[in-house]
Order: sequence, then structure tokens, then C-alpha cells
Amino acid sequence: MLAYIIRRILYAFPILIGVNALTFALFFMVNTPDDMARMQLGAKHITQESIDTWKQERGYDKALLWNSQASNLAEKASDTIFFDKSLSLFIFDFGQADDGRDIGQDIKTRMWPSLAIAVPTLIIGLMVNITFALLMVFFRATYVDLGGVILCVIIMSISSLFYIIGGQFLVGKLMQIVPISGYSEGMGAIKFIILPIIIGVIAGIGSGSRWYRTLFLEEASKDYVRTARAKGFSELRVLFRHVLKNAMIPILTGVVVVLPTLFMGSLILESFFGIPGLGSYTIDAIQAQDFAIVRAMVFLGSVLYIFGLVLTDLSYTLVDPRVRLDG
Amino acid sequence: MTTNSLLNIKNLSTWIGNNEAPIRAVDGVDFSIQQGETFALLGESGCGKSMTALSLLRLNPQPASDIVSGQVELDGQDLFTLSEEDMQHIRGRRIAMIFQEPQSSLNPVLTVGQQIAECLDWHFDLSEEQIETRAIELLDSVGIPDPVKRIKDYPHQLSGGMKQRVMIAIALAGEPELLIADEPTTALDVTIQAQILDLLKQVQRDTGMAILLISHDLAVVAQMADHVAVMYAGQIVEIANREQFFSAHQHPYSAKLFDALPTEQKREQRLTVIKGNVPELNKVFTGCRFADRCDLAWQHCHDAIPKWYQVDDQGVRCHLYDPELADKQENIRQTKAGSPLSEITSTDKNILSVSNLKVHFPIKKGILQRVTGHVRAVDGVTLSLKQAETIALVGESGCGKTTVGKAILGLVSTTDGQVHFGKQVLNELSERKLKTYRNSLQIIFQDPYSSMNPRMTISQVIEEAMISQSSGIKSKEERAKRIDSLLERVGLRPENKYRYPHEFSGGQRQRICIARALAAEPEVIICDEPTSALDVSVQAQILNLLREIQHEFGLSYLFITHNISVVEYLAQRIAVMYLGRIVEQGNRNEVLKTPKHPYTQALLAAVPKLEDDKNREVIRLEGELPSPAAPPKGCHFHQRCPHVMAKCLESYPEATIMSTQHEVRCFLY
Repeated sequence: MLAYIIRRILYAFPILIGVNALTFALFFMVNTPDDMARMQLGAKHITQESIDTWKQERGYDKALLWNSQASNLAEKASDTIFFDKSLSLFIFDFGQADDGRDIGQDIKTRMWPSLAIAVPTLIIGLMVNITFALLMVFFRATYVDLGGVILCVIIMSISSLFYIIGGQFLVGKLMQIVPISGYSEGMGAIKFIILPIIIGVIAGIGSGSRWYRTLFLEEASKDYVRTARAKGFSELRVLFRHVLKNAMIPILTGVVVVLPTLFMGSLILESFFGIPGLGSYTIDAIQAQDFAIVRAMVFLGSVLYIFGLVLTDLSYTLVDPRVRLDG
Repeated sequence: MTTNSLLNIKNLSTWIGNNEAPIRAVDGVDFSIQQGETFALLGESGCGKSMTALSLLRLNPQPASDIVSGQVELDGQDLFTLSEEDMQHIRGRRIAMIFQEPQSSLNPVLTVGQQIAECLDWHFDLSEEQIETRAIELLDSVGIPDPVKRIKDYPHQLSGGMKQRVMIAIALAGEPELLIADEPTTALDVTIQAQILDLLKQVQRDTGMAILLISHDLAVVAQMADHVAVMYAGQIVEIANREQFFSAHQHPYSAKLFDALPTEQKREQRLTVIKGNVPELNKVFTGCRFADRCDLAWQHCHDAIPKWYQVDDQGVRCHLYDPELADKQENIRQTKAGSPLSEITSTDKNILSVSNLKVHFPIKKGILQRVTGHVRAVDGVTLSLKQAETIALVGESGCGKTTVGKAILGLVSTTDGQVHFGKQVLNELSERKLKTYRNSLQIIFQDPYSSMNPRMTISQVIEEAMISQSSGIKSKEERAKRIDSLLERVGLRPENKYRYPHEFSGGQRQRICIARALAAEPEVIICDEPTSALDVSVQAQILNLLREIQHEFGLSYLFITHNISVVEYLAQRIAVMYLGRIVEQGNRNEVLKTPKHPYTQALLAAVPKLEDDKNREVIRLEGELPSPAAPPKGCHFHQRCPHVMAKCLESYPEATIMSTQHEVRCFLY
């Protein structure tokens, strides 16, 4: 098991270097360091001199990937923007944003609003989806089931933007139960996060319940479920003790994989509701062409995703007695 | 007949699908089971025997199927009028059921103990300690060693035979009056099958419960049943007690089933086949369902539905037994032997020989994936095959027999040893050079359902086998002609060549696979259990075909199988494998009549026989095949051998030559 985890962590390095290189390449295919400087300094009255100073201050005056002027091979590869900016990421030193703020500090403060929305959305969504799916399976092949599936398809077919705008209009503006957007610290945050959470849950019901329903139905047709019925158990007991227990394996591991990425927040929800989380942080950085933040967030996302995958494998050993991680 | 019958089934009909043409899977079935007896429901796949069993527990798949009529009385109580809640006190408590696949019939995430305990908890008012004691008792009673420890095991930690024992323990938990066993040993090896059948008999003796045994295997039925009912196309066509059934079966279909069985006595003839296919069950029958396939049928059989004729303890559904049609009854005993087919004589030319073949699969572990051990799937096999000869490679699952076949073809790489084909050493050739010999060696796989690409028409499937050969036919027209003639040769209509594999039945698909093998004009065909997925009557057709084409093309077969009666019918020589090595080989007669190796003896003794042979020595193998990753030291068989001696633990025995045609690896000789 330990050997397995170590091997997985070693595998992560080439992946992360690749992700970094790809982000770097994509970003600098559309931008040059000069563009970034112009963006930061403001378009008017800009001189080549001030651009150069900006670049020098932030280390963007070097070659991008390959420094052909350097004397030896090691320097040719290392005295570059890519090398300078990317290597420190591996020790979680994210450096500074273009406007001089410390990115690490930003992440620390902004992850809490993200979590405040993402965690309840996940938990409530899970409970709602499982309940709804079990209901459809219990009444399988009846009109309850058919109606449930149709409802799921309708919910899935509508864009989540509609739920956000519609929710803000109905609950925030017409009924005035909660504010339309914004955020505050401490317990005051509750009135701001309720609406995004409800909308997050509703937007996920369609695909989630339908997927869980398929999982339950697949398990319900297994031979051991027939054995359970032949033991004389009631349909409810068969459903909860045998079907649910087995179908929870893919559901739980599907949840575990997203657990670490909850920190990253939701791009759309946070932007629309003005939540100062990591999701809106990323969107803002992309708009401001702040490479340092974009790179940091992509890197963090990749690390958390890989961490999630390792966590998934470990969680299998906990919920499924058949799985053992050897070497 | 109703004096002390436990279960009475009257006019049971279960239909699948509720559209205009429902499939009448079970169509008017009547029978009764007496207390404490074993009642066998015999029939080929799709005849409705499992559906009958599920229906009487009201466990038939819903909403896909519907019980449309009938009455099931358990001790005088009509089960079909009970509420679902009352029915839950019947299932698992008074009628328990075990299934064919112990692998999938146990819940993988619950321990064995939990699965027994939940049954006790549901049906009885017991304390937790009582439940645990009882669960251990139950595991002990089905012969699971060390039950106190085993109770915490999950199903995947047990072997197939052990899992079926656990299933029986679960069934026994409710102390049922009737146990329904749906093909309980079909998925198991023959030595394990013998253990499970013995266990069922012993449990029946101890508890006095009745067993409804569902099986397709005449020999298993012969060993177990008190009464036999034969099912065909959703109906019971004959019921008799065992002695009557096996000495004087009445229905023409029953007779055909017996005739289709391969045996040694039939080596000089073709096996009897049942012409045509089982009729579609989605229509109302106006005549006998078997009429189209029956050799004894006349016009009346197509026009009138046969009634049930009961004489003493034997009943049959056939016009031949209608007292008003007495003149036809002389036909009944008119049995036709299969058409003669002379035994092929092999030449002395060695066409394929394998010497000291080894195939080891590495086991990798640790961060660096270092090889820490090997699964010795094949560990030193020496074999030779003459032209026009059939060698049967016999052994239980996991012994490595399929890997031998794949290694000969170069489908897995060999670790050591040589495969000689003519003058060439195949496993030392480069991939390119090997290609020129590939056409000479072909294979037919076990499962005809998965061994053809479902996206290719059968014409493409066969043509591909020709194109891939370097010596293949170049012109497209000639290839098309050859495809037609090949299809005709294997008994399929060439018009069907543009159809896809799923449009054919299992037997037809295996014929297509044979045609594909023949398309390459091979000299050797490796037959890897080609009939074990098929019904007896279909198996007979395939075996006939294999023998005919062997005559026609002078083919040599390496026939990999676990079915001893197929070996008796087909093979000239037999090699018995155990844990990667051949323990005994010789010509068929010597190995089958005077087996020398204790494993061969036990294997043959475990095969259920039709005849009730009281003098037969009962040798029961204890335990199961050890893991090929860690074979026991010394002789691999010593842990299970009844004749084990001190030196068996030390080294592997050398081959002892018993006669020119017979050698055995055992210290006894």
C-alpha cells in the first residue's frame, strides 16, 4: 500500500511538469511579456522604457523556454522564464501577482468562501440525488420512475446560467428573501451562500440522479440481489442492504475524487454571486491576463486532482473488500 | 400421488413480455414433489426450467415476465394467493434456492458470516450470540474447514466450490422443506462437482428436505434424482422415476437426448442429432411442439396437441402413447443408430511436437515493479501430435491446458522449451517468419459468442482468415466461391453469409468458427473446449462435424477439454494435466480403463455416470487445485493424494514408462 502511494506520487511529477509546460505554452502563444506589461501599466502614455522596467522587475525579461545566449547548457535551460517561474511551484511558492500581492496569501483567505459554498452543495446534493434515485428505483418501470427520468432530462437540458439568473430574479429581487449577491465574514455569510447552494444542488439533480439511478438499476439486476430476494427479504431491505451498499462504491469514490478540488470553488457560481472565492479569483486573473495567478491556480488544480485520484484509490480499499493496493 | 406431496404445481404458465406475442417461457407445467425426495427438472437451455423455479417462488423477473395462470401449493397452501409479505415468510424459510454461479450469487461487500446471519436474523427470533453460533454451525455442516475464521471472510477470498458451499449454508439457514438447486454444479470442475453433489445428498439425509434439482446434465440427474421431469419448449414432456427414465424413457425427445451423448460405444458412428431448432415460443401451438424435429412424427402430430398419458408412475406427452392410436406404437422402440463413421487411423508422421514447454507469467511488486515471483501456468510440458490424430488435453480449470494451446500458436510467449512444427521450431522464429506457418495451425475457441468480431459479417470473418495468409487466394471471386463452399461444408446456407454473428445460434456460430479455421487450410486445429458452452444436442452436431472434416482433410486435433465423455468419443490419445504439468499420457484405452496416476483415477471417478454402478470405487479428492504461483514442493499432487509417501514431498517424480503408449509421473510406479 505504501509502495503504491509512493509510486503514484512519483508518477505525479511528470504530469505536473507537463501541465505546467502546456499552460505556459498556451498563455504565451496569445500573449507576449510586452502585452502583459501594457495591460498592467495601462494602455496610455506608455514607453518602451517603462515596459522594460516592468519586465525586469518581475523577471519577464528573460527568454521564454531556451536561453541561447547563456554560456553553458545548464544555464541555457535554467535561465528562462519557464524555469524560474515553474520550479518554485513544486514547493508551493506561488510568488507574486502582477500587481504585487502575495498569491499564497490570497489563496489562504479566498479558499474559505469557496468551501462555504462547495461543501454544503456537495453534501446536500449527494443526499438529494441518492434519495431521488432510490425513489425512482423503488418504483422502477412505473409512472413514478418514468416521470422522474423525464424531470431529470428537463433539469439537465437547461443551462445552469438560467438557474442562477432566474434564482436571483425570483428569490433575490421579487421575493427579496436574500441579497442578490455579495459576501460577508462570519455568520453573516449564511444569507449570501444559501441561494448559490440551492441553485448548485438543483442544477446537479438531473445528471446526478440519473447516473445514480443507472448504478442502482445495474446493481439491482445482479445475481446476488436475486439471492437476497430468495432469502425472503422485503424489497426495502434488499434495496438498502444489498443494492445501496454495492452501488455506493462508485458513488463514494466519485465523490472522493472531487473532494480536494472543492477548494478551487466554482467559476460560474462565484462570479455571478460575487463571492470572493478562488473561482472568481481565477476568472478575474484570466481577464487581467495575470499569468502568475493563472499558472498558480492551474497548478494547484492539477495537484489537487491528482491527490483526489490517489485518495479515490485509497478509498476503494476501505469500501470494497475485494480491492487491495499492491505495489 | 397427492398423499404426502410437499409441492403441487398445476398448470403454471409464465410469459415474457406483454405485447401481442408474449414468449410462453413456461406454458402449462404440472408436477408434484414428495417430501424428502429429489425431483429433477431436465432440459436444454431456454426450455423454461429456471423460469419455472423462479415462478414458484414468485421471483420471476418483473415487470419483464408475468405469471399468467397456475397454482402452486406448498403443503396444501396456495402460494399465489398469499400477500407479498406472507410470501417473504415462505422464501428462504420454507423454500430456499441456490444458483448456478456461486461467484456472482454472493454479495461481494458482505462477509460470509453476515450473509448467513442476516437470513437467520430475518426468519428467526434469535439473540446475536445465538446467530453467530448457528452461522458457524451451518458453515461447519457444509464442510468448510475452520468455520470460526472463515465466517469473517469475504466471498472473493473463497474458491468456487467453497462459495457454493456457503450458498448451501445460507439456504440451510432457514431450515427449508424444499431446496431449489438451479444447475448447482454447472460452473464447477468435475472433482468439485462430485464434492457438492455428495454434500447435497448428505444434507438431504440429515434434514429430510426435498430438492428440486434443475439440470441439463443427464449424468448428474442419474446420480441425484428420485423423479425426473423432462422439459421441452416450456412444457413437461415426460415424468418418470429414475429407474424407469434411465431404462425405459418414453418421449422421443428424451430418447434423442440420450442418443446425442458422446460415449465410447459410439466411436464408430455419428452422434444422433436433433434436426432443426427449438420452435419460437411466441405463438399458440396447434400440434406437438417437438413434431418438426421428431423422426417418428406423422401428420397427426402437427394437427393435434398431444394429451398427457399417465401409466403408473410414468407420464408422457406424446401421441404415440394414445391408446386410440395403438397401431402407431410399434414405432416407439424403433431406435435408429447414428450413421456409421469409421475411426480415423493416424499416420506415423509426427506433425507437431512440444518439448519441455514452459510459460511463466511474472508477478510484479513494489515501487519499481520488480518481479517477485512467477505464475507457472505451464511448467514443462512434452507432447507430440501425429498427422490425423486427436490428442485430448484433460484437466481442471486453472491447470494450464488453455495456455499450452496458446503457447503452441505463439499467442503467448514461451519461457522455455520448443514447439516443433515439421522441421521448424516455431517459438524461436521471428514474428515475420512465424506468419508463414500461422495458416497451418488454427484454433477454435470455447465461447462462440465472443470469438467473432460482432461488426463483421460472417463472410468477412471467413475471408479475413484467407487474406491474412501469405499463401491465401488472391482473387476476390475465388475467395467468395470458397466461402460458399466452406459454409456449405460446415452445414450453413451460403445465402446467409452477409449476416452478422449475432443472428446465429450458438451452434451455428461454432460452425462459422470452424469454417474460419478451415479457410486457412490448416494441418493442426487446437480445439479449446469447443462444445462446453453448447447444449448436448448441439454438441453432438459439432463433434460430428469435427470428426467428418478430420476424415476429409486429414487434420490433427489438440482437443482441450474437461469433458471426459467427449474424450471417450473423440480422442486417440489422452494427456492429463495437473498444475502446469502432464501427469499421465497414453492412448485412450489405457488411460481411461487402467488409469495409473492417483489424480487421473480421482478425476475419472468424479465424473458422474449414467449407469448406476454400485461397484464403482468412490475416490473423492479433498481440497482444491493449489495456486500455480506457489506449487507445492515435490510432487504437485501430494497434498491431495491418497497414496502420498515420504519421497513425494521431496522431488517431482520422473516419467515411468508403463507401455509403449503410456507414461505416468508418479512414485508408485
